[in-house]
Amino acid sequence: MDIHEYQAKSLLAEYGVPIPVGGLAYSPEQATYRATEIGGSSWVVKAQVHTGGRGKVGGIRMCSSEQEVWSAADDLFGTRLVTDQTGERGRGVFRLYIEQTVDIDREIYLGFVLDRSTERIMLVASAAGGMEIEQIIDEEPDSLIRVVIEPAVGLQAFQAREVAFALGLDRGVVAEASNLLLAAYLAFRDLDATMVEINPLVVTGDGRMLALDAKMAFDDNALFKHQKVSELRDKSQEDPREMRANDRGLSYVGLDGDIGCIINGAGLAMATMDMIKHSGGEPANFLDIGGGASPERVAKAFNLVRSDESVSAILVNIFAGINRCDWVAEGVVKAMHELDIQVPVIVRLSGTNVEEGRRILTESDVSLITAETLAEAAEKAVAAVNREDAA
Amino acid sequence: MSIFVDETTKVVYQGLTGSQGRYYGGLNRDYGTQVVAGTNPRKVGTDVDGVPVFATVGDAVEATGATASCIFIPAPGVHDAVIEAAEGGVEFIVAITEGVPAHDEARFYNRLKRDFPGVQMLGPNCPGIISPGRCNIGITAGHIALPGGPVGIVSRSGTLTYQALYELKEKGIGCTTCVGIGGDPVPGTSFIDCLEAFEADPDTKAVMMIGEIGGTAEEEAAVFIRDHMTKPVSAYVAGVTAPPGKKMGHAGAIVSGGKGTADAKMEALREAGVRVGLNPTEAGELMAEIVATL
Repeated sequence: MDIHEYQAKSLLAEYGVPIPVGGLAYSPEQATYRATEIGGSSWVVKAQVHTGGRGKVGGIRMCSSEQEVWSAADDLFGTRLVTDQTGERGRGVFRLYIEQTVDIDREIYLGFVLDRSTERIMLVASAAGGMEIEQIIDEEPDSLIRVVIEPAVGLQAFQAREVAFALGLDRGVVAEASNLLLAAYLAFRDLDATMVEINPLVVTGDGRMLALDAKMAFDDNALFKHQKVSELRDKSQEDPREMRANDRGLSYVGLDGDIGCIINGAGLAMATMDMIKHSGGEPANFLDIGGGASPERVAKAFNLVRSDESVSAILVNIFAGINRCDWVAEGVVKAMHELDIQVPVIVRLSGTNVEEGRRILTESDVSLITAETLAEAAEKAVAAVNREDAA
Repeated sequence: MSIFVDETTKVVYQGLTGSQGRYYGGLNRDYGTQVVAGTNPRKVGTDVDGVPVFATVGDAVEATGATASCIFIPAPGVHDAVIEAAEGGVEFIVAITEGVPAHDEARFYNRLKRDFPGVQMLGPNCPGIISPGRCNIGITAGHIALPGGPVGIVSRSGTLTYQALYELKEKGIGCTTCVGIGGDPVPGTSFIDCLEAFEADPDTKAVMMIGEIGGTAEEEAAVFIRDHMTKPVSAYVAGVTAPPGKKMGHAGAIVSGGKGTADAKMEALREAGVRVGLNPTEAGELMAEIVATL
């Protein structure tokens, strides 16, 4: 789960990471009020959206009067920011964060992730802050400092100091920097974050350290431990179809194609999408209905997939290991009856009780296209879509 | 022969008294697995269809000589269950449970590596392991696998593991052991652990490997295959069409920052001499060709 910058900063601040003074606004009036509250003569107005790269598309505005703050806010509210990470739909701007400006002397990159290769926690830092991490890896690879942290031991103070020295920080701020690193690490560990990124972490002109931007992402599997974090979820930042599916226990990802997919198992779902592409078609979605493909789940899945208007054929691919094909077949027939599906439906069943399952499909009065193999199913789905297009 | 488990493996089921544990424990026993014990501190002294229930894995090991554990505990309790199993004295731990927090996984993985180097952990979030005709621990349907050999299978995906077993069976090709390592970011057993074991197993003559997007496990496996494997390998990597930044069902199946794509993984495997299929059926056909030449 992703959260907003202001939420990440607030969580990090609770652990002792220093952040600039700021306030949240839901309207241009509130934005100017926040600016007055914060004081000073210049402010930054930042769109709160779940994506990186917002600065490049006008999501961060520098303002030197309250009138400018009002205009920037008025301009941003209700728009959608499309960055290279969001896809075409972009993310809606419904909250703004107003911050005091900061006199920046140096910009540093700091991140914590669970590293899959070492199966440990990795701290990544670079003196080339302010750029995206991918860009740092490409352009300034020698600036990268990596520290592997044994999760049962945790980040040690000496490791934090080593990072501070390796970043070439002045002696005066080394203690402050290592405290900040330890605080950010504790937030990462205690809250079951999958990622903490402070970029840039700045040294100010008067020698203080501040987290100027912050991103945190959390492990969905651990949200049961952290009620406070799960309450930070912002559904306005999620794809509505994915949200509906995920809230119903189905794993769904919307895509741009026209062949709807209903499949059991994440791997088989990806393999089926690959097969559709290989046969010249485009999948409309990834959908894993899980191991226990009960008739109710099959019906839910049909409902979800047909709610996508671009779907002009539906491919059902079930491999029954523990499941039984006859049972799944009954579910498909039932769903077809109850939901009045108007597009061609291609069904491929394999595994336990497959003969019985196929018999149920062929003897039913619903119109279905059956297939025996994954390849055949994909080809028939692509052919069905092409027929629909021609008609 | 087989890897990790065979007919001598005695298994204690943590969570045998729950609905999942009872169901799959029963199926595993019907398959021929030595299901010797269950654990549940509140139901000590009772039994599940004749299988005795103990308070802890340690007690079960002492009373029955169990050598492996299979975990059907809900996700919040898995960290505790894994450490209990290792402390209790089993050598092989299979965690089926889905949804275990990644930080928990990193903690018990590193704890096992440091304090219990002799213990092999499989999972979490995996279908388990089957040495067809000998032992089946987990949720794989036993009848879809043909016993014997000469192929060993290792896979990150459950349903694709079934698909692979099934396609080989349809072609009359048997399997020594099929390991589902699971789709989580910190798996207990890696591709390399399995490839190494298959390379050492005299009855396994070829290996089929099924990967998916996310992480670098397939690339690391490719390096291992190039440097250490003498046996032929066929492979498939799921998720060519997966969009970046989206989690495809499994917690670990995500392309992020342009890293972890199926194309890059397939290329790395091809360069290591692996025969790569563009879909699971093709990978099965490639394996049939390999077997025909053995």
